[in-house]
Amino acid sequence: MMIGQSVSELHELLVRKEVSSVELTKAYIERIHTVDPELKAYLTVTEDQAMVHASKVDRKIAQNDVLGVLEGIPMALKDNMCTEGVRTSCASKMLENFIPPYNATVTDRLKAAGTILLGKVNMDEFAMGSSTENSYFAKTRNPWDLQRVPGGSSGGAAVAVAADEAAFALGSDTGGSVRQPAAFCGVVGLKPTYGAVSRYGLIAFASSLDQIGPLTKTVRDNALVLNAIAGYDPMDSTSVAYEKPDYTKFLVNDIKGLKIGIPSEYFGEGIDQDVARGIRAGIQTLIDLGAEVSECSLPHTEYAIPAYYLIATAEASSNLARYDGVRYGYRTEAEDVLGMFKKTRADGFGQEVKRRIMLGTYALSSGYYDAYYLKAQKVRTLIKQDFDKAFEKFDVLLSPTAPTPAFKFGEKSSDPLTMYLSDITTVPINLAGIPAISIPAGFVGGMPIGMQFMGKAFDEGTLYRVAYTFEQNTQYHTLKPSLSGEVLARGSR
Amino acid sequence: MTISREDVEYVAALARLELTEPEINEYTEQLNSILNYAAMLERLDTDDVVPTAHAVPLHNVLREDQVRPSINHEKALQNAPDGEEGFFKVPRISLT
Repeated sequence: MMIGQSVSELHELLVRKEVSSVELTKAYIERIHTVDPELKAYLTVTEDQAMVHASKVDRKIAQNDVLGVLEGIPMALKDNMCTEGVRTSCASKMLENFIPPYNATVTDRLKAAGTILLGKVNMDEFAMGSSTENSYFAKTRNPWDLQRVPGGSSGGAAVAVAADEAAFALGSDTGGSVRQPAAFCGVVGLKPTYGAVSRYGLIAFASSLDQIGPLTKTVRDNALVLNAIAGYDPMDSTSVAYEKPDYTKFLVNDIKGLKIGIPSEYFGEGIDQDVARGIRAGIQTLIDLGAEVSECSLPHTEYAIPAYYLIATAEASSNLARYDGVRYGYRTEAEDVLGMFKKTRADGFGQEVKRRIMLGTYALSSGYYDAYYLKAQKVRTLIKQDFDKAFEKFDVLLSPTAPTPAFKFGEKSSDPLTMYLSDITTVPINLAGIPAISIPAGFVGGMPIGMQFMGKAFDEGTLYRVAYTFEQNTQYHTLKPSLSGEVLARGSR
Repeated sequence: MTISREDVEYVAALARLELTEPEINEYTEQLNSILNYAAMLERLDTDDVVPTAHAVPLHNVLREDQVRPSINHEKALQNAPDGEEGFFKVPRISLT
């Protein structure tokens, strides 16, 4: 089926005029109408606007103009990236009616590349969560098993790609929010190096950790999208002016002599042993392909969860102070302005967001700052040093992306700490600011699992090389969830 | 107990959050559980460790002070819950 193909395959179809951009866009819109009533990946579908943009691309094709590789490719954006004139809700009651007056830099860059925006996809409210259960609007279902979560916080983005509701999507990753849903849904997800992709227009959660990244069906597609969105942006003062390579140059099917480190802490306590076995089988594949693999240690790994949750919530409590019912967003009326602030925030934020604002405010409050926030920042240094040391010996590090396959709805949502602990394999990477990619690496109990490669800062190229080689020598990425049964039947009702 | 009920009420006031009784009880219990877990950080000697605020060190990012296009008045106010004559409008500022 056309909509199941990769970005590079779709590009070929467009160039050869085997399909028009309008036809392609229509096919995705139809797919959304069919499966999304059940999967609930989308919060907003921008059908009319998409068709207008698609016709423009078709006019270009008719004139035999050179077609950019992303031109006419239908895609989705997580609903925390600003889109001028299109509601950007952060899956929160607070921003239920927020229409951004400007585009995020990634929105502008994808527009300039000629992509077609299909709509905005679901997420945990303000990107706080690991299951997309914290959305104010809807519970997104995992297409591999409708009783399971898609992961989070970019759950809608992962489902849209996995269920062929978009050719690719952008998510954001503060502590694993691109990689973990990619793993749970069997797609490719990259968290780029901090500073590689502009955060301008990304509604902030934790500013020193947030980074936008692509979710795609293949490693090649991922490199194509990163080519379009990465690079210095003066509008983001944490954007880094680095020498941006053509990431597709790294897509070689060869890892002979590549040094891969296996941090033992990522295979120990708390990691489902079936997942660990699946990843170890993948490691054997890489050894057979010529990689030099050995064990290593990142000794401060266990401290990453508390350090992360103190830093992320402290930054969030500061970032979310702007939602006060004055300039934009929801408001509950009250007698005086202080009462209006308190009631607005009480009514506009969901439970997890309030919990994190409380924790972060406490960690920053007078008398506790040194004990919690400053301490966490010092531990962050130790975690970063662990990685620096490991990268003296290794080109990349490898681990499971998540400790378990996708879990069931409600399984972890009753106890926040249990949910936080499920992020152990992803948060250290954000603390260190390095890039990491998750790729499909097998199945446990019928659910996809992801293999995570971590790289040196600004060395996404090597991640793509090893991920591409693994992909070219395995079949996992070609398998798709079967939606022919109940979803299609219920969706078309 | 690391954090008391009174602490939770104090922090909620700092964060401008009006909490219900059940929320105060729930957050007291949950914040204690999370902070007790975070206490493991105390095991690490960090006296000589420099804190990391940003993974990529950037300092004093400046630009030329030039006028550039910005969002106009109308657009800046379009999402405001209440406004009047080109201003954001809020309830009275309490002096109590």
